[in-house]
Amino acid sequence: MVSMEDYGDVQTSWCPGCGNFSILKSVKTALAEMDIAPHEVMIASGIGQAAKTPHYLNCHMFNGLHGRSLPMAQGMKMANPDMPVLCISGDGCSYGEGGNHFLAAIRRNLDITLLVHDNQIYGLTKGQASPTTAEGHVTKVQPSGVRSRAFNPMTTAVAMKTGFVARAFSGEPDHLVSVIKEAMAHPGFSLVDILQPCVSFNKVNTFAWYQERTYFLEDHDPTDWAKAMGVADEFDERIPLGVIYRNDRAPYPLDRQLAVHEYDRNDLKGVMQSYT
Amino acid sequence: MSEAGMNIVIGGAAGQGLATIGRLMSKAVVRAGYHLLVTQKYMSRVRGGHNTFAIRMGPEPVYGPTESIDILVALNQETVDKHRGRLAEGGLVLAGDDLDIGDLNALRIPFKELASKPLFYNTVALGVLAATVCNDETILEKLLDETFAKKGDKVVEMNVDVVRAAFDWVRGQEFNFTCLAPPEEDGGMMMVNGNEAIALGALAAGCNFVSFYPMTPGTSVATTLIAKGAPLGLVYEQMEDEIAAVNIALGASYAGARPMVTTSGGGFALMTEGVSLAGVSETPVVITVAQRPGPATGMATRTEQADLDLVLYAGHGEFPRAILAPADVEQCFYLTHLAFDLAESFQTPVFVLTDQHLADSYQGVAPFDLDDLPDVARPMREAEEGYKRYALSEDGVSPRLVPGFGRALVRADSHEHDETGWITEDGMNRVVQNSKRLDKAFGLEDEVVEPDYYGEDAPDVLLVCWGSSLGACLDAMEKAENGKTMAVLHFSQVYPLCESLFMDDLEKAGTVVAVEGNATGQFAKLITRETGFSINNHILRFDGRPLTPEYVLAGLNGII
Ligand SMILES: Cc1ncc(C[n+]2csc(CCOP(=O)(O)OP(=O)(O)O)c2C)c(N)n1
Ligand code: SF4
Repeated sequence: MVSMEDYGDVQTSWCPGCGNFSILKSVKTALAEMDIAPHEVMIASGIGQAAKTPHYLNCHMFNGLHGRSLPMAQGMKMANPDMPVLCISGDGCSYGEGGNHFLAAIRRNLDITLLVHDNQIYGLTKGQASPTTAEGHVTKVQPSGVRSRAFNPMTTAVAMKTGFVARAFSGEPDHLVSVIKEAMAHPGFSLVDILQPCVSFNKVNTFAWYQERTYFLEDHDPTDWAKAMGVADEFDERIPLGVIYRNDRAPYPLDRQLAVHEYDRNDLKGVMQSYT
Repeated sequence: MSEAGMNIVIGGAAGQGLATIGRLMSKAVVRAGYHLLVTQKYMSRVRGGHNTFAIRMGPEPVYGPTESIDILVALNQETVDKHRGRLAEGGLVLAGDDLDIGDLNALRIPFKELASKPLFYNTVALGVLAATVCNDETILEKLLDETFAKKGDKVVEMNVDVVRAAFDWVRGQEFNFTCLAPPEEDGGMMMVNGNEAIALGALAAGCNFVSFYPMTPGTSVATTLIAKGAPLGLVYEQMEDEIAAVNIALGASYAGARPMVTTSGGGFALMTEGVSLAGVSETPVVITVAQRPGPATGMATRTEQADLDLVLYAGHGEFPRAILAPADVEQCFYLTHLAFDLAESFQTPVFVLTDQHLADSYQGVAPFDLDDLPDVARPMREAEEGYKRYALSEDGVSPRLVPGFGRALVRADSHEHDETGWITEDGMNRVVQNSKRLDKAFGLEDEVVEPDYYGEDAPDVLLVCWGSSLGACLDAMEKAENGKTMAVLHFSQVYPLCESLFMDDLEKAGTVVAVEGNATGQFAKLITRETGFSINNHILRFDGRPLTPEYVLAGLNGII
């Protein structure tokens, strides 16, 4: 049996009160409940406060570049399809710098799970707008308010018929744990956008702000694409939590562990021969 | 034409099929036992324009491309007009009877008479050319059989008939041309171009993962890897951009794959942050950079050697790297194989720096011998209790484990980290880890590929070159009639350099001349940076065309 303690208890560099703590704990709980031991999972991350998460877990991890966690996670999966791969990062990292990779990863549909700590702000670089910051939101570097329309990862992902699209909230850890488990069980690319207060830099989307608006989806059929589009678009007075959309598109096919894959010498000789 | 060889140039518009004629003719030449070197020049367009496919062949090895033409196969008027000035004495033009060729020595091919349909005009040209150079007609027939077998017996038969008709027609003509003496040894050679040889070298080294975003002239390394490697189990993916291409390769490498990334200068520019990541995370990766003229998009299908500085300095911060620059097809194979060993042994990025000229240049080479290849380093398969990914060691190389072997955790990081991969800003640790990484450079220096020296000891003139410029320099040395003693010093590894392997040669020479395919003498400057020795004479070509002996000799005239 794997326990949460197997994933260690590491001192973090996060601000007291940050939503990241609850997400970290939920990831540990989900992995333990799925009976996945630390040496049986690989975690990729980018750069940002959220992206430090794998550092606070006992596990195989590659903490890579800002925005590039998804390409890295996909490489890990392609080389070793036997191991579950989690990709953990912030909203800036995943939807901003890594936006192109986000779209491509959805299309490619490798069996990995992307957890986005969505605090609607850049934390590590101290409070600039992120792609999910609301229009009009004033920051130190956007003094007259953000002029771009906020990116909605849910509508985008549903529009692209992503295999598994869910939203969770760091303030609802039990629900978050169950969504992470469901996402990891999904065979193909899965996205969990996790609303997370940043107590230091986001004074608008606070814990209370999220708490007031979020509600659990009930009687929602996530396989109904058209309805899911509508639910995904809700992000104002009410914000739905749960699995918004899912389908059973076959994942990118993979069947060999490259670390132990060797070519047959005669096959190689045949290749050389084909040039004479 | 000389005893030593002949230069055939096939010219026409893109879409006229000249590459097909060229490739089949080249293969026939190789199968007949001649040595050959192909130089392809093409424009960045799918149809029209003016392209050439040049085949230099001879009974002895041939090195560089050359300007003078012995046989010009003109598929359109432009070819005649553009190249008539390059015809050698006694040179022959093969052209349809509709072209205006003035009083040049020519064979006018009656395409309509020899083929029922324009579809076969290519095969007519091929047959006439092969007959003119006295190639054995059965070789060509067998090649057509191999090439068109997939399209059915009927197609093969029709093509063979056309070739026979072409041979018969040539035999009935009277014209002024003598064939080369047939080579002594026959056949058994491979015909491969530079990019194919890189892919084959990678496969021979166990490369089992390739990621790329298409960019000429790098793409065909990936194309070949996929065509030949996928049936053997190679995993591949065309990425959304070059940034993704290098990062997915690093993820794959971390998890145990042996990856190659292929690109060209513009794409490589995007990869530089990933190169730096490979450096700090000590993740092995081999990257092929096929040079073409820049800046920016430059000339997509032409050649240049101007990305040395880019590859040398790519990536922020300081970390070791190796840059290999093959001279020819054979080196493309063996150096790429070596690149994988170096990348794994030193856990750092290794580059194969090539260029369009070499990428597309077919050569006839002795079959690559897999049995003779040394083993390639591998990550370890088990770890002791308390395994640390970045453990300190004498030579800076830490034992590399990949996830999936035992319970030891493998923790890699782009941040500065301690021995366990834990992120830290401790100053002492920074110094220790950074030094550990840089220490690997000493090991890399011990493994440096020795530069090759050709010609007289202590010569009046020493040509210093790197990468694909070797052929032109060797030919120039042979053809030079300036009364000076000459030698060529060629670097197939351009970084790191190891002074003790070449300083003597530089110091003993009268005049040292750097020959490079760029405008600023990047390699000469690198030599100065590394050794303090300054090279003050340069022959630089940067018009998008490969260096030729004629170009080098003309340059030498101005120097000595
Ligand atoms: C290429 C690159 N650009 C910029 C940065 C600086 N940077 C570090 S984290 C970050 C934004 C982080 O925001 P987010 O992804 O939302 O994560 P959070 O810190 O809020 O968890 C930026 C811009 C970087 N490290 N690398
Ligand atoms: S800056 Fe914000 S997101 Fe980062 S740790 Fe502090 S509260 Fe959390």
